[in-house]
Amino acid sequence: MLVVEQTTDNTVLAELFEKFGEDSFVVQKSSDGIPTLWLQANKLHEVLRFLKPEYSMLYDLFGIDERLRTNRQGQPDSDFTVVYHLLSLSSNADIRLKLATPESNPEVPTITDVWKNANWYEREAWDMLGIKFTNHPNLYRILLPPTWEGHALRKDHPARATELEPFSLNEAKQAEEQEALRFRPEEWGMQTSKDGTEYMFLNLGPNHPSVHGVFRIALQLDGEVVVDAVPDIGYHHRGAEKMGERQSWPSYMPYTDRIDYLGGVMNNLPYCLSVEKLAGIEVPERAKVIRIMLAELFRISSHLVFYGTFVQDIGQMSPVFYMFADRERLFGIIEAITGGRMHPAWFRIGGVAQDLPNGWEKLVKEFIDSMPARLDHYDKMAMQNSLIKSRTVGIGKYSAEEAIEWGVTGPNLRATGVDWDLRKQRPYAGYDQFEFEVPIAQNGDSYDRAVVRVEEIRQSLRIVRQCLDNMPEGPYKSDHKLTSPPPKESTMEDIETLIHHFLHTSWGPVIPAGEACIPIEATKGLNSYHLISDGSTTSYRTRIRTPSFPHLQQIPLISRGLMIPDLIAIIASIDFVMADVDR
Amino acid sequence: MSEGMTILFALAVMGGAVGSAAVLTWFERRLLGIWQDRYGPNRLGAFGIGQVAADMLKLLTKHDWVPPFADKWVFIFAPTAIVIVMLLGFAVVPFGPDLHIIDINIGLLFFLGMTSLAVYSVLLGALSSNNKYALLGGLRSAAQMVSYEVFMGLSLIGVVMLTGSFSLQDIVEAQRDGWYFISQFLGLFVFVIAAIAESHRLPFDLPEAEHELTAGFHTEYSGMKFTLFMLGEYLGLILISCMITTLFFGGWLGPWLPPIVWFGIKTFLIICFFILLRAAIPRPRYDQLMSLGWKIMLPLTLINLVVTGAVALWMYGG
Repeated sequence: MLVVEQTTDNTVLAELFEKFGEDSFVVQKSSDGIPTLWLQANKLHEVLRFLKPEYSMLYDLFGIDERLRTNRQGQPDSDFTVVYHLLSLSSNADIRLKLATPESNPEVPTITDVWKNANWYEREAWDMLGIKFTNHPNLYRILLPPTWEGHALRKDHPARATELEPFSLNEAKQAEEQEALRFRPEEWGMQTSKDGTEYMFLNLGPNHPSVHGVFRIALQLDGEVVVDAVPDIGYHHRGAEKMGERQSWPSYMPYTDRIDYLGGVMNNLPYCLSVEKLAGIEVPERAKVIRIMLAELFRISSHLVFYGTFVQDIGQMSPVFYMFADRERLFGIIEAITGGRMHPAWFRIGGVAQDLPNGWEKLVKEFIDSMPARLDHYDKMAMQNSLIKSRTVGIGKYSAEEAIEWGVTGPNLRATGVDWDLRKQRPYAGYDQFEFEVPIAQNGDSYDRAVVRVEEIRQSLRIVRQCLDNMPEGPYKSDHKLTSPPPKESTMEDIETLIHHFLHTSWGPVIPAGEACIPIEATKGLNSYHLISDGSTTSYRTRIRTPSFPHLQQIPLISRGLMIPDLIAIIASIDFVMADVDR
Repeated sequence: MSEGMTILFALAVMGGAVGSAAVLTWFERRLLGIWQDRYGPNRLGAFGIGQVAADMLKLLTKHDWVPPFADKWVFIFAPTAIVIVMLLGFAVVPFGPDLHIIDINIGLLFFLGMTSLAVYSVLLGALSSNNKYALLGGLRSAAQMVSYEVFMGLSLIGVVMLTGSFSLQDIVEAQRDGWYFISQFLGLFVFVIAAIAESHRLPFDLPEAEHELTAGFHTEYSGMKFTLFMLGEYLGLILISCMITTLFFGGWLGPWLPPIVWFGIKTFLIICFFILLRAAIPRPRYDQLMSLGWKIMLPLTLINLVVTGAVALWMYGG
């Protein structure tokens, strides 16, 4: 496969300076090496349109409340900053653009006319920080209920229930909240009838067996044909980003586990990588391989759940039990290694929590030896079943261009024939040491999305086998002073170390000021934690970019004109969990 | 049989059918469990058979709820209708040479008539619920039942032609020379598929389709009324298995063992086959089910009719 070197040189900056003049931009130093530029709102559209042919994906868009930040050397004055993170697949490079707004009037032009997937991101920034996006087609709240007061990620918004009045729900309030959730077609520019016949509007969810959590899709139906759909998210929102601003760096780890709750320690990885980048920690070889092995075991686990529920949603009753049985065996291994099952929170800043237990090789070997035959069996049962094919082939199709336009990543992108896997493109965390292939498919339909994932299980087994055969000796955690838990060996010998140990375990380590964001190829697509440290024991801003968020946004696009069962097949094939969407 | 005996026997059949349906809820879960590498309900009583009683107790003591937006009397009538018509269907089943409630000369038509009435139960339940999911389920069920009804009836005409009678006892007797599943394999094939569609079980449970319509036509039902729908479904499954035994597998015919035992064994195996189908096959889409019906099943049935008719004419016509 063609692996493009990650571009870290600044040719793009030179091009931008040449085109728009150097004084249009302020360059900011970032810890992760991604070129970061501040610009003026009036240049935004021009610059984005100039960048789009090369930087074709809007990877992330979010806001920062800068009002309490002290370490902003060299950055223009700003109260609320909007960050545009663009990704180039062709040159394997990122660029970050920032827009400053004052507290008095936090308003920037919308970029939904440049990237369609900016729609939800801008709604989120409005919801969370109160940043207005001029000319946005429907700037409503997206994660919080419509009746919410204030903007939750502003620094002056309370973070804990104990800072608020005790909660009560009387009948009037209940009625008001329920009324606020009513779907109003006219708000979304929908016709309620056509040629004298009325459309049926159906709330599919938030409580429905096939929406994989709490997720509502308001459907405009003509008989059983979906005319249009409006996904409604936020029912699983727990304020993970806000919690990041009050937990110490190491104590945030368990929260990451619960973002993509099928991905387990896979969620710890991008968080650890970003913190380690900020702190300048090098992870020892053994820790790297252990991390990769656990991450890949969780990729298998997550894909097994996908596989089972995918065929179950199409109406085949039995396979899901076989896949869940395999997942149970996998959880047995994960439990033996980490002590946890779904949420081990086992990675640590600088390494992992413990060394591998005695006899882990036997457990892992048994599992990876038994799986290939079972996967072949499942292939015959599910993937080669003609009814499954007739329900999914050609259903929910999108092209590679559409996928990139909508920010689709991971297996859902590779199902359209785009050979883009971060483990190959940017071998983070030591993936350059492993041999594996990146499965791709060509049609971008529901069936192909499943094909890619099933093949990924086989490739992950291959990676785990290489971990098993080549596990290096050495420490399982770096001895850097900012790691957690801090090194304890000489605390009883000199007072200095004892003090540091005490402070690190009580308050937590102080991570040097800076910004870093290291995307990884998580189970469902690209996942990253954009962390801003203000030189304190907690993160100043924790931005979690999850793959499922943009994946849900394009459901209407691919389900129009199909029937309800097709929509269910599409939802099943996208592979999302709502915690990964709402955070 | 004297009149008193007939009444007693009718009560026994009714009790037996309802009892079997109740046990079947447990048996099906155990069997599915075995096929799916798990246990199923195995805690209460021997092999978990006590689960039946526990489930009954739970369902009977549940709040008997009629949603305020539903059409009350229709809502209550709908689930009772399916149980009544399914039980009536058992009246013509020949369990042994002289073991039947009634042997009428239109027995087969009576059975078809009764099972077709079951669609009203589903439709009325769906419409009276005043719920969008139920409505969609009702629409599907109307379309599905109307189309599958057509060749469900037609698929059995071959059997009637070969026998020359609609009486179920005559049909069984006529199979002494060879069971009809050999000569009428096309008829059997179509009938089995139509029968699953009629009893709306997976893979043809589109009116219910949990993954699409939450619970389809019975979304608003709970407690006792939900139980009646389930009872109706299981009675339908047993009744249809009885009919397949009678029509295609020689009914109570068989050597050594008493006829009723033969009947029981055959019916039991057919029920197991239906459960296996449920475990194995995914659900087609609604329009795919329709085109399967009209484009494949109907032509197959007609071919079967023509060929059987020709053979019957050649054999008995001269």
